[in-house]
This record gives sequence, C-alpha cells and structure tokens, in this order.
Amino acid sequence: MEAVFYISGAAAVAATAAAVTRRNAAHALLYLVVSLLAVAVVFYTLGAPYIAALEVIVYAGAIMVLFVFVIMMLNPSAGNPSADPERGDASLRDGKLWIGPALLSIILGIELVYLFGANASGEAGRIMTAPGAVGVALLGPYVLGVELASMLLLAALVGAYHLGRRDLPGEVLPAEGEGGRE
Amino acid sequence: MTQIPLEHGLILAAVLFALGLTGVLVRRNLIFILLSLEVMLNAAGLAFVAAGSRWQQPDGQILFLFILVVAAAEVSIGLALLLLLQRRTASLSIDDVSGMRG
Repeated sequence: MEAVFYISGAAAVAATAAAVTRRNAAHALLYLVVSLLAVAVVFYTLGAPYIAALEVIVYAGAIMVLFVFVIMMLNPSAGNPSADPERGDASLRDGKLWIGPALLSIILGIELVYLFGANASGEAGRIMTAPGAVGVALLGPYVLGVELASMLLLAALVGAYHLGRRDLPGEVLPAEGEGGRE
Repeated sequence: MTQIPLEHGLILAAVLFALGLTGVLVRRNLIFILLSLEVMLNAAGLAFVAAGSRWQQPDGQILFLFILVVAAAEVSIGLALLLLLQRRTASLSIDDVSGMRG
C-alpha cells in the first residue's frame, strides 16, 4: 500500500511537471488529466475513497472537459505556430505524443488492479474514512458551508453566462452604454 | 498496517504546489496559467486530505469538497474571461492585458 502511494505520487509529480512545461495546450491537458488521476490514487491510499472518486468525476471529468471545450473552441493550434491552420489540429494525431501519458496511465492502471486484488484478499487492512461519515459531517456541522458553496456556484453560473453573452439584436436587456435611453 | 506518514503527504502536496506556482509565474499563456492554478488548488486539497487521514477525521475531506467547489467556480469564470479576451484582442498572452487601467 505504501509503494502504491509513492509510485502514484511520483507519477503525479512527473505528469504535472510535463503539463506545466508543454508548449501546446492540448498536450498539457493530457498530462494534467493523468496528474489528476494519479492524485486520485494517492487519495485512495490515504484512506479517502469518496474523495478519490470525486477527483476523477469532477476534476478529471467535468473541469477538464471545460478546458478541452475552450481549447477546441479557440484556435486549435494556440501556442503551436508551426501547426498548419488548413488541416486543423494535427498535433493530437501524432502518435509519439500519446506515449508519455499512456505510460503513466498504464502504471496507474496496474496499481488499480493491484489495489482491487489486495482489497479482495483482505490484506489491505487500512482504515478508510467511509463516504457515509463524510456525508454525515457535511450535512451536520458543515451545512452552512454547503449553503455558501451553492451560493458561490450560482454566482459563478450567472457570471459565466454574463461574460459569455453576445449582444443580440432585439434583446430585452440593453447592451452597455447604448439603447434603453430613447 | 502502517500508516503513510503525514510528512510524506505534505511533501507531495508542497511539490505539486511549487510546480503549479512555477507555472503561474513563468507561463505567459492564459490557458496555462489557469491550468497551473488548478494544480495549486489540487495540491492544497491534497494537504487537507493528508491531514484528515492522519487523525482519521472526515473534516479534511469536507474541506477538499469546498476547494473543489471553489476550483469549479474559478475555472468557469476564468475560461469565460479567457474567451472574452480572445474575442477582444485575438491573443491569449497575459502581457496584452497588463496595460489595463481600472
């Protein structure tokens, strides 16, 4: 179990270092997803299975999809001026690019299989904080924090909508500085 | 079964945080700055979870949940601002907005 922690920690550091130093944003995103998956394994070895699942679902799933969405929406060859704009983003089709993230993912996959085997044979006698305990504490002493989090998410939703809004003709709300005065 | 020492979890969190901080300071592309901010928030959450696991309390995991919420809100607003910047200046360089005056 300790070895799993150190191996996935090293994988997280390596993937993060690669993500921060890539030139192409799409490549960096690949490494960042691997880094988040490695940190999820670290969470599991620290005895937090609920947080490990959330890390995969929310961080590596939802937030990274937001990044992918924006990068694909923008100039696909952002940060890579040598890319041919006519052919779109050819950088993701390069096979060599996938070797690094794939190797790190394979390491994490082997660790996952090992952890499943260790759990099945009952030798991983680690104390886990059960998801139930987290939920009870979350809606008990921390319920005010949950309400504040919902307010923050609502504010983020309204803010993101406002920033992404385009001025359409015939809109009910007047655009800034013009209209609404006559 | 021996517990993973708290120091090792904290060292891992510190290394990840330092990597993210380096990214924020060195990179000039706004996408990479947002990516590095994600790394830093994640490292802070890792420190909380490591401490929570040391004392076998769920509080650290709850703090990680709140950090998750903050990260989601930050990234949605940040990416909306990034799209706005791209629409206005046709570039993603942070230096292009350094001349902005309130």
